[in-house]
Amino acid sequence: MNWLLKGGRVVDPAARLDAVRDVLVRDGKIVRVGESIPADNSRVLDLKGKVVAPGFIDMHVHLREPGREDEETMESGGAAAAAGGFTSIAVMPNTDPWNDSQSVTEYIVSQARSRCPVNVYPIGCVSKQGKGEELAEIGDMVKSGIVAISDDGHPVASAHLMRMALEYTRIFGIPVIDHCEERSLSCGGVMHEGFHSTLLGLKGAPAASEEILVARDLILAEMTGGRIHIAHLSTRRSLEKVREAKARGIAVTCEVTPHHFSLTDAAVAESHYDTNTKMNPPLREESDRQAMLQGLADGTVDAIASDHAPHNRIEKEMEFDQAPFGILGLETSVSLALDRLFHAGLLDLTRLVGLYTTSPARILGLERGTLAAGVPADITVLDLEKSVSVDQGGFRSKSRNAPYQGWKLRGAPVLTMVGGRIAFDGRS
Amino acid sequence: MTPEPGVRLRHRHLLGIEPLDAGEIGLILDTAESFLEISTRPIKKVPTLRGRTIVNLFMEPSTRTRSSFEIAEKRLSADSLNFSVSGSSVSKGESLLDTARNLEAMAPDMIVVRHSAAGAPHMLARACRSIIVNAGDGAHEHPTQALLDAFTMRQKKGKLAGLKVAIVGDLLHSRVVRSNIFLLGKVGAEVHVSGPPTLIPPGLDRLGVKVVTRMETALEGADVIMMLRVQRERMVRGAFPSVREYFNLYGLTEERVRLARKDVIVMHPGPINRGVEIAAEVADGPTSVILDQVTNGVAVRMAVLYLLSGGAGSELAS
Repeated sequence: MNWLLKGGRVVDPAARLDAVRDVLVRDGKIVRVGESIPADNSRVLDLKGKVVAPGFIDMHVHLREPGREDEETMESGGAAAAAGGFTSIAVMPNTDPWNDSQSVTEYIVSQARSRCPVNVYPIGCVSKQGKGEELAEIGDMVKSGIVAISDDGHPVASAHLMRMALEYTRIFGIPVIDHCEERSLSCGGVMHEGFHSTLLGLKGAPAASEEILVARDLILAEMTGGRIHIAHLSTRRSLEKVREAKARGIAVTCEVTPHHFSLTDAAVAESHYDTNTKMNPPLREESDRQAMLQGLADGTVDAIASDHAPHNRIEKEMEFDQAPFGILGLETSVSLALDRLFHAGLLDLTRLVGLYTTSPARILGLERGTLAAGVPADITVLDLEKSVSVDQGGFRSKSRNAPYQGWKLRGAPVLTMVGGRIAFDGRS
Repeated sequence: MTPEPGVRLRHRHLLGIEPLDAGEIGLILDTAESFLEISTRPIKKVPTLRGRTIVNLFMEPSTRTRSSFEIAEKRLSADSLNFSVSGSSVSKGESLLDTARNLEAMAPDMIVVRHSAAGAPHMLARACRSIIVNAGDGAHEHPTQALLDAFTMRQKKGKLAGLKVAIVGDLLHSRVVRSNIFLLGKVGAEVHVSGPPTLIPPGLDRLGVKVVTRMETALEGADVIMMLRVQRERMVRGAFPSVREYFNLYGLTEERVRLARKDVIVMHPGPINRGVEIAAEVADGPTSVILDQVTNGVAVRMAVLYLLSGGAGSELAS
């Protein structure tokens, strides 16, 4: 199918373009972005008043397949991604079995190709079975399509193993993504350690448990010349450390989740122990949230990633201490960003789109995240004024664990095109 | 004392002290005064809650709180059912919510819940129609304990406002300290807390209390000393080097009691660890009101059950 996307405001940070343009798509690829392109034999999509952007990339998603298909599958996770405006997702390896070998990587790639409506990029393990002991067969997994390595869900606890991972990945040029948490310090904490954990009588995980590992990783990245990416960065001091390291030329990037820029630990108290406010890293304090907003605005933060973590109802309907960490994010990420960052006046549209496109594509080495001629026609269309009332009952995800029920947000993705095929059309 | 006219409990459940206001606290304490007398009668029973069913859902070992609630229920003529974790469906893997739903299918009027997880009573209050009474949730709150503590202080001192209360010990793991801080702040008492820095949770000073690490500083001029149990079963290793050293630094000895006012009372929520947080001579000495607390606990719990079941303070059954 050939398409002419007509009259939208095209925002392509990679091309430094923000102007009303037409976009011509043929045989699944972008052919041309220009003024008044004739339709010829293309189907015309009238996108006047809408924003046309390169396909959004969520570089931190838990798809749960293989192993926990009751929580999410290629189909449901892919549908959630498409409805959330994403054309590509990078999926973490803490599945069952872990993605620590070529065979699991190949399974994910093949299943995604046939069953998932968006592009899926697997992330392989740093260590075998994510145990933090020996390096996984990274080279084999790279051959099969991994774009990064991570033991996400767990930190890489051993400094030696992290050093090995950073040195070894230099062969392939892929980043090591770390879940930074010094577990001997966070030891069993279920929320951020601070006033609210004291008030609620819940075991807290101090901000320092993240910051210590961020500092360690930065030191090791400098020492080895490897590329470190800090997953779901959540504290003010972590951000300061990354900012300083970037200024010194260390190869570091980082991502921030929508929940860490839109919520604080007060939400645990206000929700009376709702387990949908339990995530790791935990919701932090207002000063941390403000730091995330600042980092998003000044360019220290490279990407917005959802850390989409589906859990079934039974597991989340537990005592707060016992419930698993994690919330959904694919279907709310873009609206939260538009409402809390763009409409709040913190980010312009080019910067916001870049956080979802150019940056994650650069970090993961994907030839996507732009509307340049010749690249696959992955396109995200936004309606900046669409008002959204979050209804998790209507989510495409198989799970329902989100803390945003009933939130009113301004702005939403309304159309997602993956390789020239419409994966989601929410224009009404 | 008679309750202020028109004061009633605004809350359907008793999930903690934090949501209550001073009027409600006063109402509970005043109502407990009337119930205290019942325990001194030859026949210690009134028909107030006849026909009401109360489930005591104790998901964590507890002897004194459970017994206290049970006696309170019996003295009010309620039908009570004890459900404890050992030998129950919970040990077979049933979730808390399913347990509660099953119990609720038997139509109790109230569920008294004790649980090791903070927030468990809140979860039940969301899921159940029954009235929920928090009998201690993790390190969060233990509201009836704080009420009986306040009742005892008022009984011995004649007032709460203006008292200097020193609370000493394992503040990090204590639900008693949180409930007491909330309560004493609402009624105008001054609270000083002390313990090893490793057992002081962050931000405690934001609750309006004075936090000091030297126990002696907290005790100076205190009207009330409340010692907290060292909860070794909940403790992260390394909070202090040894029990001996802990007692040397934070144990309540007769010498330390003398730092407080002459008419000081010594309290402890129990069970006490003699020689760990309190010397035996103090626990059994003239300043100790530890056993009065236990007696008062029954009256306070009777008052709570009565008020939550719909009774108002001015219409007590005789």
